Amino acid sequence: MRKWGLLAAALGLTMAACGGGTTTTADGESGGTATAGSRLDVVKDRGQLICGVDGGIPGFSFVDESGTYSGLDVDVCKAVAAAVLGDAEAVEYRRLDSTERFTALSGGEVDMLSRNTTWTVSRDTSVGLEFAPTTFFDGQGMLVRADSGIETLEDFAGQAICVETGTTTELNLTDQMRQLGVDFEPVVFQDADAAYAAYDEGRCEGMTSDKSQLVARRSTLPNPDEHVLLEVTMSKEPLGPVTVNNDSAWFDVVKWTTYGLIQAEEFGITSENVATFEGTENPDIARFLGAEGTLGTDMGLPNDFMVQVISQVGNYGEIYERNVGADSEFALERGQNALWTEGGLMYSPPFR
Amino acid sequence: MTHDSGSKSFNVKAMLRDERFWKIAFQVITLVVVFLLLSFFLGNLNRNLIQMGRAFGFSFLRNPAGFSIGESLIQYRPNDPYWRALMVGLGNTLTLVAAGIALTTLLGTVAGVASFSKNWLVHKISRVYVGLVRNIPLLLQLFFWYFAIFGALPNPANQIGLLGLAFLNNRGVYVPWASSAVLAVLGIAATIGAAIAAFYLWQWRTKIRIETGVGGQKQSIALAVLGLVWLAIIVFGMNWTVPEGVEGGGVTGGLRLSREYVAALTALVFYTSAFVAEIVRAGIQSVSKGQWEAARSLGLHAGIVMRLVVFPQALRVIIPPMNSEYMNLTKNTSLAFAIAFPEMYSVATTTYNQTGRPVEVFVVLMATYLILCLLITLVMNQFNRAVQFKER
Repeated sequence: MRKWGLLAAALGLTMAACGGGTTTTADGESGGTATAGSRLDVVKDRGQLICGVDGGIPGFSFVDESGTYSGLDVDVCKAVAAAVLGDAEAVEYRRLDSTERFTALSGGEVDMLSRNTTWTVSRDTSVGLEFAPTTFFDGQGMLVRADSGIETLEDFAGQAICVETGTTTELNLTDQMRQLGVDFEPVVFQDADAAYAAYDEGRCEGMTSDKSQLVARRSTLPNPDEHVLLEVTMSKEPLGPVTVNNDSAWFDVVKWTTYGLIQAEEFGITSENVATFEGTENPDIARFLGAEGTLGTDMGLPNDFMVQVISQVGNYGEIYERNVGADSEFALERGQNALWTEGGLMYSPPFR
Repeated sequence: MTHDSGSKSFNVKAMLRDERFWKIAFQVITLVVVFLLLSFFLGNLNRNLIQMGRAFGFSFLRNPAGFSIGESLIQYRPNDPYWRALMVGLGNTLTLVAAGIALTTLLGTVAGVASFSKNWLVHKISRVYVGLVRNIPLLLQLFFWYFAIFGALPNPANQIGLLGLAFLNNRGVYVPWASSAVLAVLGIAATIGAAIAAFYLWQWRTKIRIETGVGGQKQSIALAVLGLVWLAIIVFGMNWTVPEGVEGGGVTGGLRLSREYVAALTALVFYTSAFVAEIVRAGIQSVSKGQWEAARSLGLHAGIVMRLVVFPQALRVIIPPMNSEYMNLTKNTSLAFAIAFPEMYSVATTTYNQTGRPVEVFVVLMATYLILCLLITLVMNQFNRAVQFKER
């Protein structure tokens, strides 16, 4: 009897301890759990930005032989690091596959994602993410072997299609095929490398993903000329940086740094000529570059954060041309990704 | 009240010296620490979920899944709810587990017994197989079978036919199969039923022969009839469909085992069998040499000695570790997800990714594997009890 009494006493004690325990909070560093502090303070204290990228898509995020990351997604990470820390190289990249990315973000392992992530309602709401402005407007495409004789999606009846798990493309593919009434066999891989390898050695007739990714990945296949993109666009794929819900201070920084890249192009400010705008008479540009007003400090950043971003990383146009546009091996047209003034979709709200 | 405070005082020093006190105290301390740790982590989880605006709950399982699954035992359409998608995954896992356990037992036992073979080649093959396969990570072996072996098969246009009964290509393996699922289930049930009946008939026959020294003819005839009936059911009752090659590549009819399934099954069976072979070898070695010698001196030949004298005794040592090998196999099926086989873990990964509910999905996932393993343990414990020494 005494034994049980002791046990009950211990249990009671524990319960009391639990009740008290729940009021203590872990600090932000250990897992993004801080209720008071924003991720912004965590990044500043650390002196480094941890950015989740794919790392396997040439043109967007790719590691070269020397271990250096480059690409459009990578440059967005660099821009945020330049804005917050004044140093575009103060970034630690984490390679994440499509299934890990959201858990890594909400678990606080990375500060932000810049990883070909499509903006959708359910991700914005039920998955608990915040989407910064789109940095690349894409659409889902289908890669097939040129000699396969497949020209439309209907030709896939009874055929296999390789796809990456945890992506919007997996869902879009199902929707499209359901609508067309085509019975196909999905072969779903967790790892993009394994998926493309299986496609390449003939497990699947088709490989589906965002068109930009297919173009980029095609260049890494043994015989790129043997593969063609079908003339179909299965979906809208707006890709952009992502942060976690309920941290608007940090989200604002990522959002307005991204907008800043677009606004800089609209103003015609490039990494080369940014210094010449120093004593500008134009009040819009003076505010944008932090010579007037307090736009930067109100956000918790240095007031000249956009000067740092532009001089170290460049404006959106420069980033695009360098990584996927005319100056790269992919030579993608600007298309929807041109500025709104040139018939594209890139539009920044005013910096005021 | 005051009068017994002196005589029966609560002596702290005496209590601290009492071994019984410490035995209980350590248990209490451990319990408290475990509770504190658990409450910290669960509280932390709860706080973070609330901060992200998500309450713990499973109602999302009723939402439509929206993704397609390559192969399925049960009817599944993309607009079915998530729980049904998870059931499809579980079904695929179970086919892998069931076939895996059956084939592993067979291959592992053969490989284990073969290591005692006097035949140099058989002995060496067994030893090299165990040494090689046991020391390479399973994930690598999965990729090896998937990409290097089954990936090297020709495409459907140039597929390999086996006597016109089965086909192999880089999409999968096509074998003859019953024309309907109901017949297939009946066939499997008939096979299991016949095996159980045969086992008891055989025991009965042995018992009569031991007790009377002669006889058992009736039981022998019954066994033969049972075998014939089973054969008739399987050959004529199943309405077999044989896969047929289609002009220009591809196969119709028969049963298609996807390349993902075949590669996963092969890798799992080869890997786990190597461990089972060692367990069987250890079990046989544990039977004392005297047993061998005594049986041989009675004039029994080597095969009979193994089957009737050594192996039944070895089983007592073999069964308990086999339980953990079966459980390993069950848990390792989750690795098949790396080579695109849509088993439980694969479907669960897609689910948590689309819904953003990793905690709930992992609870479901862990509970599923736990229950599977507990069921295996339950069956194996029964079996273990049956083969232990019966003390009379």
